[in-house]
Amino acid sequence: MVMRFILFSCLVFAALPARATLDIEITGAGEHQIPISIVPFEGEDALAQKISAVIASDLKRSGLFRLVDPAGKAPQEMRDVLYSEWSDVDALTIGSAKVLPDGRIEVKFRLLDTHKQSQLLGQSVVSKGDQVRAIAHRIADMIYEKFTGDTGVFSTRIAYVNREGQLNRLVVADSDGYGEQSVLSLKQPIMSPSWSPDGSHLAYVTFEQGRAVTYVQSLFTRQRFALAAFPGSNSAPAWAPDGKQLAIVLTRDGTSSIYLIRPDGSGLRRITYSDAIDTEPSFSPDGRYLLFASDRGGSVQIYRMPAEGGYAERMTFEGNNNFSPRYSPDGNNFVFMHGTGGQFYIATQDFKTRQIQVLTDVGWEKKPSFAPNGKIVLFATESLGRGILATVSSDGRVKQKMIPQQGDIREPMWGPFLK
Amino acid sequence: MKKLMSVLLLGMLAACASDQPAEVEPAPAAPVQAAEPAPAAQAPQAAAPVSTDALDDANSILAKRETFFDFDKSNVKEEYKPMVQAHGQYLAGRADRKVVVEGNADERGSSEYNIGLGNRRADAVKKMLVVSGAKSDQVSVVSFGEEKPRATGHNEAAWSQNRRADIVYK
Repeated sequence: MVMRFILFSCLVFAALPARATLDIEITGAGEHQIPISIVPFEGEDALAQKISAVIASDLKRSGLFRLVDPAGKAPQEMRDVLYSEWSDVDALTIGSAKVLPDGRIEVKFRLLDTHKQSQLLGQSVVSKGDQVRAIAHRIADMIYEKFTGDTGVFSTRIAYVNREGQLNRLVVADSDGYGEQSVLSLKQPIMSPSWSPDGSHLAYVTFEQGRAVTYVQSLFTRQRFALAAFPGSNSAPAWAPDGKQLAIVLTRDGTSSIYLIRPDGSGLRRITYSDAIDTEPSFSPDGRYLLFASDRGGSVQIYRMPAEGGYAERMTFEGNNNFSPRYSPDGNNFVFMHGTGGQFYIATQDFKTRQIQVLTDVGWEKKPSFAPNGKIVLFATESLGRGILATVSSDGRVKQKMIPQQGDIREPMWGPFLK
Repeated sequence: MKKLMSVLLLGMLAACASDQPAEVEPAPAAPVQAAEPAPAAQAPQAAAPVSTDALDDANSILAKRETFFDFDKSNVKEEYKPMVQAHGQYLAGRADRKVVVEGNADERGSSEYNIGLGNRRADAVKKMLVVSGAKSDQVSVVSFGEEKPRATGHNEAAWSQNRRADIVYK
């Protein structure tokens, strides 16, 4: 646990100050919501953020918890808890936060089962003073995991592009949209951020050289280099799950084709040879296959082929055009942009049944990616003429919009678990 | 009709070629002018300085440099062919000139597919320029996909403006 925190704090690279507020709208709910109370942590008023509020907001956004107001009850220790007062919830958390003399903060928390009247979790964490939000996300992850059996994703991060007029910023933020940090600012378009499997690097595409060139940037050192700057367009980077190569799309030999390249830019190898546009590769979790979008059959559809190249099997048959495939973390299905009747929706398709499930209903939804636990899909959509972030649970029940104060949000991509 | 058009164009280009020495310089006392071995060019100089590079003539077909495309299509439509061919023929006579064909797409579809589509549109224009006489190394292509829209808005009026390839002289 402590190790994880140290690693996590390393990820806080030099950055512009976060732009504060975000409008979050949640609709829908999971089938069985767990009623829970998060009691305000003793001493949290002295911190930059209230830990209990961040935890409550995380759990609420998952759609799997129903947050019940503690209504003034504020036990701080086990012995203060009168279980008879908490019969309307299945669980509650209590805790405390203390700023240590060296500026670090110590957070203690307990998760209590109100029916069995017992402790489910108890943790004490010491962390850097600016890591309050990260600690709260970790606690929310532990609670989520305890009740659902799935790994929580509140501590993971997302990347996206924020465009304001000419200015494009590549941004990394917490999965709830807060704590955003600019990784790169350019007066040229930025596209297609792709996380390395360990979360340490982003590959992305910019037009700073006048055409699409793929870069790789370290989130630790912020150093960057052009991974692929061949004549023509160099785009759509996707990391292999072992991190040892990327699939990219080049036009140096004609129409967009998929190539493999090592993260240091060596070992370039072409793997598709159609005259069609082959693009948006996504590796299967085991690294053996690639999904990609191609118009080789007339319309744009999703195909699957061995990652070393070879026979490509058409996967999608519904709708007019289908784009932007991404494997689910368990490899059982994929999410994609489903174009039908001139509109674009987020949908998933099961590999075995070939059944598709449309998860959204507005009709202007783009660029989906799975949370690393496979339970939520992040995508770009619009609100009042501006690009915004949105999520939908992978069962389609819980929807959320995250509307930043300014800018046009594009090209979101959910990052991996930080090991 | 097409034949007539190209004959006319060839005539135009030939005229350009013979007028070349007059170029951009405002004739009269410029010392460079004295060194020019082309007295034929002296004639029109009494009037205001005239550029005879057809590229600078707002009434020339070469003033048009945009090709618009149908949704998800990259074929150069009939109405744009004479214009593209004229540029190809112009480039054939001007080995010193180079162009970039910039391909664009509307915002429908994915941003990455649109990079591919923009490339394909720019390639279609390049192909026609080359068939019309330009050398391949005079023409480079670039795709901006949907990233540099001329018109914003989620409607056909905006989209039709953005499904475009521009011939840009360097």
